[in-house]
Order: sequence, then structure tokens, then C-alpha cells
Amino acid sequence: MTSGIDLQASFIEVLTGLGLPAGVAKVLWLPLPMVIIVAAVTVLALVSTWLERKISAAAQQRIGPEYMGPLGMLAPVADVIKLLFKEDISIAKTDPWLFAIAPLLVFIPVFLSYIIVPFGQNLLITDLSVGIFIWISLSSIAPIGLLMAGYSSNNKYSLLGGLRAAAQSISYEIPLALAVLAIAMMSNSLSTIDIVDQQSGYGILSWNIWRQPIGFLIFWIAALAECERMPFDLPEAEEELVAGYQTEYSSVKFMLFYAGSYANLVLSALLVSVLYLGGWESPIPVSWIAGWINVSENTPWLQLLTASLGIIMTLFKTYLMVFIAILLRWTVPRVRIDQLLDLGWKFLLPVSLVNLLVTAALKLTFPVAFGG
Amino acid sequence: MNLADGVQIVSFVVLAAMMLGGALGVVLLDNIVYSAFLLGFVFISMSGMYILLNAAFVAAAQVLIYVGAVNVLILFGIMLVNKRQDFAPVPKAWLGKAATGLVCVGLFVLLGAMVLATPWSLSTLTPIGDGALVAIGKHFFTDFLLPFELASVLLLMAMIGAIVLARRDFLPGELAEPDETVLTLPERPRELVSSKK
Repeated sequence: MTSGIDLQASFIEVLTGLGLPAGVAKVLWLPLPMVIIVAAVTVLALVSTWLERKISAAAQQRIGPEYMGPLGMLAPVADVIKLLFKEDISIAKTDPWLFAIAPLLVFIPVFLSYIIVPFGQNLLITDLSVGIFIWISLSSIAPIGLLMAGYSSNNKYSLLGGLRAAAQSISYEIPLALAVLAIAMMSNSLSTIDIVDQQSGYGILSWNIWRQPIGFLIFWIAALAECERMPFDLPEAEEELVAGYQTEYSSVKFMLFYAGSYANLVLSALLVSVLYLGGWESPIPVSWIAGWINVSENTPWLQLLTASLGIIMTLFKTYLMVFIAILLRWTVPRVRIDQLLDLGWKFLLPVSLVNLLVTAALKLTFPVAFGG
Repeated sequence: MNLADGVQIVSFVVLAAMMLGGALGVVLLDNIVYSAFLLGFVFISMSGMYILLNAAFVAAAQVLIYVGAVNVLILFGIMLVNKRQDFAPVPKAWLGKAATGLVCVGLFVLLGAMVLATPWSLSTLTPIGDGALVAIGKHFFTDFLLPFELASVLLLMAMIGAIVLARRDFLPGELAEPDETVLTLPERPRELVSSKK
């Protein structure tokens, strides 16, 4: 394993070379990855709203946005500008404080979770030892925001939507965590970097999806439910609840919900690619190709190529999952609330427990293949 | 004082203020929904304290369990019950309030005196930091196995109790009146077990 490019070390080296003390250089470095990630996530979420329009249009044999920029690519930008310039209405008989805080409570945990998402060996904000667990615990804050929005809107549809969101989120957190636990058991670590490293070595064959096919399905179903995507979008079921907890929201506050939901979708897809699809690894490892053409792994241009390929690979896998999620949304009917809870508690929970036990047994029996 | 220490002190002061303010709000506010939301705020500030103490796993577990599960369930309970009841003002209510305040202040003074008087044996070991996860796991399955298992049995009992309550099998038959109107919606309510006799 090569360490790849270490941007932080090089950046600090350059600044100390210019005569700055190392501490100041570190302080200058600190905000950079965060700002870059926040900007990148915003763009990724906007791209997925554009994809949603285009793919839904294709699924319904329409064309979709066409005139706003090439292929309608500026439609999300127009969306954002519209929402920014809309009047921020304060609705009578709502609870003004809770009404304003709720979108932030939904929005902030999602963006905070991106601190553990790796785009390459050193391309993440921090490599925490609790890694993936941070994401699970942060995603459990969102239902409080949804309940807050539902309650403070003083609207029965909103309240029902908020309650449904909380019930759904609590139910599907457990299978989600159990699926992640099986992965953590196989990689002996919760850190996202270690999880990806454990899947490298044999290219596409060593990805976790072959060793955890059931876990992959459970994770994807539960992640869709956590994101409130279509088969499980009961909290905002528009035929029943107008728009659920976001009925009364408009302008910037609505935009926070909207951006939060798409950023959450992208986050879930990113984590699927990290946990099950080998993260930044290519189907055929770059180090093999380098070996075949006799190039040292420490050649600068090869390292640059590996890093760029890593980012492209991560995003490719992510948007493959986003594409599947969007296609599901426009082809699958919505489940009922009792079916949703039945599926979560009576099917996914036992199956994920069995999956965990089987993984533990396989790990003891075949320590070579299951990371003993 | 370098940057890290400064950030740590400022974060400690901010977190402590958040925690105390939130806790006072939980107790003093009239609206129970506000109290429940502020409780979540207090829990989050506590997890911030754990992060300051270099215990990232405990902090994440705090958020997951107390904010994500306990507080959401409290809110859920409050909103499902949704009882809007105006209580009749009790005459001489201030007497009870004054007595409660006196007891609370007394308890605070006692505890404060105890904290100040006890010679605490502060550990000089460096915090375990990232190795905490492994250490906690080892403790759970060796010397803390019994409390761990007892806690799981307790939770199992609570779960079974909740299921029994939710199924309402114990309701006497006359309480569940047979409904004459035939519902045509797919969400037809299931018959109670006790009314099938």
C-alpha cells in the first residue's frame, strides 16, 4: 500500500518554505478541506437534483429541462436563485423559534457527516477511529428536526409527517447499524479508510459486495428509508399529507430541507460505495497496471493519476447508486405505513441479525477471506 | 498558551454554558415540548464535553442513544398523547414551589460541599483516546460482563412489557365494542384478540 498524495503535508511544507511558522501553516490549512467539502457537497447535491429531473423525464418519456444551459444543467442553479429570492414568510400561529431551528437541525448533521467520507487514501477531512459510527449517530439527530418542523408548523399534515418520519427513521436505523456492524467486524475497524483498505488487493473481486450481498441489500433498503426516498417517502407522501413536515415551509428554510435531503441521498450513496463497492479503488488496481508497465508506484504522475482516478471512481459508484435510487423513485409505488414498519421490524431486523451471526461464523471459519 | 489549549478552554466554557442553560430551561419552561427539545440540546452539549475529554466513541454513543433514541421517543410520546389540558390554579401554589426550591438549593449546596471536600484521586495516565473502543469492548466481555448482561435482560423485559401493553390482549371483552360499520379502506383495523370469542 502506498500512502498516495498527502496534500496536508505538502501544503504545510510549501508554506513553511515561504517562511511561515509550522503552526500558522497548519491553522491556514485547517479550514481548507472543510470549505472544499461543503462546496463539493453542495455541487453534488445540485447535480443529483438535475439527475432527478432528467431521469424522471426519461422514465416518463419526456425530455425534461432543456433550455436552461446545456441539457438544462442550469436548472438547479435557477432553483437555488429562486428560493433565495423568495420572501421568507413567517406564518401566523406557528412557533417561530422551533420553525426556524428545525431546517437547520435536519441540514447540519448531514453536512457534518461528510467529515468521514473518503475520496482517496488521504482525501478526507479526518480519519476518525470511530469513523462510520459518527455517521450513524449523526443521522439519528435528523428525526428531531423533522419532529420539530412537524410540531411547530401547527398543521395536522405536518405533525403526521413529522411523526411518520421519526417512526421510520428509528425503525430503519437498527438494520442499518447492524449491516454496518457486519462490515466493521470484517475490517476490524470503524474507520472508513481501513474499511476501504481491507477491500483492496484483488480489484473488483475483493469488494465487500461479494462477501456481504445480504448486508448490501439491507443497507441500501435501510438507507433509502433513512433518506425518505420513494418506496419509503411516507413522511412527505404528497397524495396523503400535502408535503408532510415541509408543507408550511418556503424560501430559504425549504431550501435547507431540500438540499439536506439530496445531500443525504448522495451521502448514503457515497457510503454504499465506501462500505460495499471498494471506495476509491478501481475494478483493476492501478498498482497492478503500474507493475505491468514497469512504473514505480512513487512516480509523481502516477500518484496524481491514482488520486484523480480514485475521486472519479468514488463519484462514479456513488452516482450509479443515485441513479438506481432515482429510477426506483419513478418506477416503484409507495408502501403503506404498516407495511413499512412490518418490513423494518419483522423482516430486515431478523435478517440483519442472522447476517451478522453468519458473518461472525464465517470470520471464525475462513479468517483469510473474512478478515480474521 | 498555544492554539489547541485556547480552543479547548473556550469550547469548555461555551459547552458548560449551553449545558447549564439548557438544563435550567428543561426544568423551568412551561411548555413540555420545549423542555423535551432542550433536553436533546443538553445531551448534545454533554457529547461535546466527551469529545473535549478525548472520548469520541462515548460522545458518538451519547448522541446515538440519548439524542437519537431516548429524546426522539420522549418527543414521540408527547406528540402522540398531545394532551392540551389547562390546570386549575392551585391556591397557595407558591408554598410548594418555595419548598421545592429550598430542597433543591439544599441538595446543591450539599453536593457542592461534597465535591469540594472529597480528595479526588486524579489519574495521571494519558487518556486512552482512540483505543477506547477496544478497551470498552474488552471490559464488557470480561470484568463488566454481569452488569452488561443484566442491562440487556432489563431491556428485554422492558421490550416484552411494551409489546404486551401495545397488543392490549388484557383488555376485557366488553371494552372492545364490535364495530357495526364495515370499513372499506385497506386500513381496516384488526380485531382485538380478546373480542374474537
